[in-house]
Amino acid sequence: MSATTENLAPAVPYVPAAETIGAVMAPGERPPRPSALSASITFGWRAMLKIKHVPEQLFDVTAFPIMMTLMFTYLFGGALAGSTGAYLQYLLPGIMVMSVVMTTMYTGVAVNTDIAKGVFDRFRTLPIWRPAALVGNLLGDLLRYVLASTTIIIVGLIMGFRPSGGILGVLAGVALLVVFSFAFSWIWTMFGLFLRSEKSVMGVSMLFQFPLTFLSNVFVEPTTMPGWLQAFVDVNPITHLVTAVRALMAGTWDTGEITWVLISCVVMTAIFGTLTMRLYNRK
Amino acid sequence: MIQRETAPAIETSGLVKVFGTTRAVDGLDLTVPAGSVYGVLGPNGAGKTTAVRMLATLLRPDAGEARVFGLDVVRQADAVRGLVSLTGQYASVDEDMTGTENLILLARLLGYRKPPARARAAQLLDAFGLTDAADRQVKNYSGGMRRRLDIAASILNTPRLLFLDEPTTGLDPRSRNQVWDIIRAVVVQGTTVLLTTQYLDEADHLAARIAVIDHGHVIAEGTPGELKSSIGAGTVHLRLRDPGQRQDAERVLARVLNVPVQLDADPVALTARVIGDGTDRELDMGAAEQASRALSELAAAGIVVDDFSLGQPSLDEVFLALTDRSTPADAAA
Repeated sequence: MSATTENLAPAVPYVPAAETIGAVMAPGERPPRPSALSASITFGWRAMLKIKHVPEQLFDVTAFPIMMTLMFTYLFGGALAGSTGAYLQYLLPGIMVMSVVMTTMYTGVAVNTDIAKGVFDRFRTLPIWRPAALVGNLLGDLLRYVLASTTIIIVGLIMGFRPSGGILGVLAGVALLVVFSFAFSWIWTMFGLFLRSEKSVMGVSMLFQFPLTFLSNVFVEPTTMPGWLQAFVDVNPITHLVTAVRALMAGTWDTGEITWVLISCVVMTAIFGTLTMRLYNRK
Repeated sequence: MIQRETAPAIETSGLVKVFGTTRAVDGLDLTVPAGSVYGVLGPNGAGKTTAVRMLATLLRPDAGEARVFGLDVVRQADAVRGLVSLTGQYASVDEDMTGTENLILLARLLGYRKPPARARAAQLLDAFGLTDAADRQVKNYSGGMRRRLDIAASILNTPRLLFLDEPTTGLDPRSRNQVWDIIRAVVVQGTTVLLTTQYLDEADHLAARIAVIDHGHVIAEGTPGELKSSIGAGTVHLRLRDPGQRQDAERVLARVLNVPVQLDADPVALTARVIGDGTDRELDMGAAEQASRALSELAAAGIVVDDFSLGQPSLDEVFLALTDRSTPADAAA
């Protein structure tokens, strides 16, 4: 090997120097521990960075909802409401809820992959507020939910959706949906910690989410359904969420339904958040 | 604080972890003095990683006690976390993020404000020769670079105790040497390193003391030298001038040393283990004496010896003798 090729080599092989490593390990003053909020926000920043580096992952919150909206509007519109335009006014809030709730399972998938890759081991050996890593992930997911909702509203507006609740009504509807999704995500975080693989998380979530979203008032009013099914639809939290969001977008304020939804959010977070943290600490 | 200074880096007694019906760690007793590299040697499945995960507060022990600088790993887990860092067997960095982002993330989580976090990341990347790769995603790093970033992330908080779980597994020789140099530099700073490895020469090169574990408990403990002499053997290597004399040499050696003699692939070479039955110094004397007797008997028989050496057994031999396995650890995997 001649001197010239050595000069052309892209990098000189790294030789660890005791002095430089010593310098970085010099015991400087240790910063104080970050607060629970600050640690969670830092993890939220990580989630944003991951979206920046792997933008393909936004496919499921953009392409999927667009497909759902187009498909169901034109598939059922004529038969169910006489025209696709009329059906869209009914369907859009529901399909928005369905699409966003379905994307909540990616939270569980993300947690599961993180664990499989070993990066969570590092987080769990840090002296920080324990739920921060998971809460941060969920904060990142909020952005995805907002993005999915926005996409659907825009597609809906282009297709002829005219919400009488105006901008405020639509924003209130989206906000309620995002709050619900945040609480609902704890279920998938729990499964993400509990199940062995990414695939099983997806499998389980399909098993739950399909009946939960379809057996509701997303597509049709439950009045024509058999009694036993109506009974299920009536207690399904998705039904209450859809009713509340629909009302908000239509400019009416259904306090009863909104309260129902918010209470179910608190209950879900309390139950599944606790179970998640128990699994997280034991893992 | 003062009490903590004098406490050993790690102290476990009767540590147990059971997975289903497997007792992964089964009564582990370990005392790791502060300020040096402590090697934990064992085949795959010996319980090394499980033990490390319990000590790093990632797993709860099912029984027994473990203390890190005097702090209980279960009851004072949060305080322990402030003192330790772990570089796991699988990269504990985020592959989708860049080197800089990974280190900033950790610095922020340790409480650094944004500008100092950025500065700390740059300083670490420089010390670990990763400045050129700072803004590349970690998934594009080579195995050696990834490992360096992983260790850089682990010393960001200047831990008092650093766990390195098989840090050189799968690395090429140059990267391995780099990691070794880094470990030596880290220990000089007063950090205790617990190094698990299945490479015996790695423990031999780096560790001041070694615990050999198998089936979840310690089967031998000591300095590398003590471990080697504990199995009471040295190895004699001989090279003859005339390959035709090898048969005769084998007979002489077998008679004098009273052990089976191994004929090497090289047609003029022979190897025999000298078995002593004393301990320490006396044993070495015995081995040397036996070897010199063998040499003079060979000379008397007119066999010309070109090269002769009497060495301590390699750690591999120690390991196999201790674990009583006929195959090396790697093959058992």
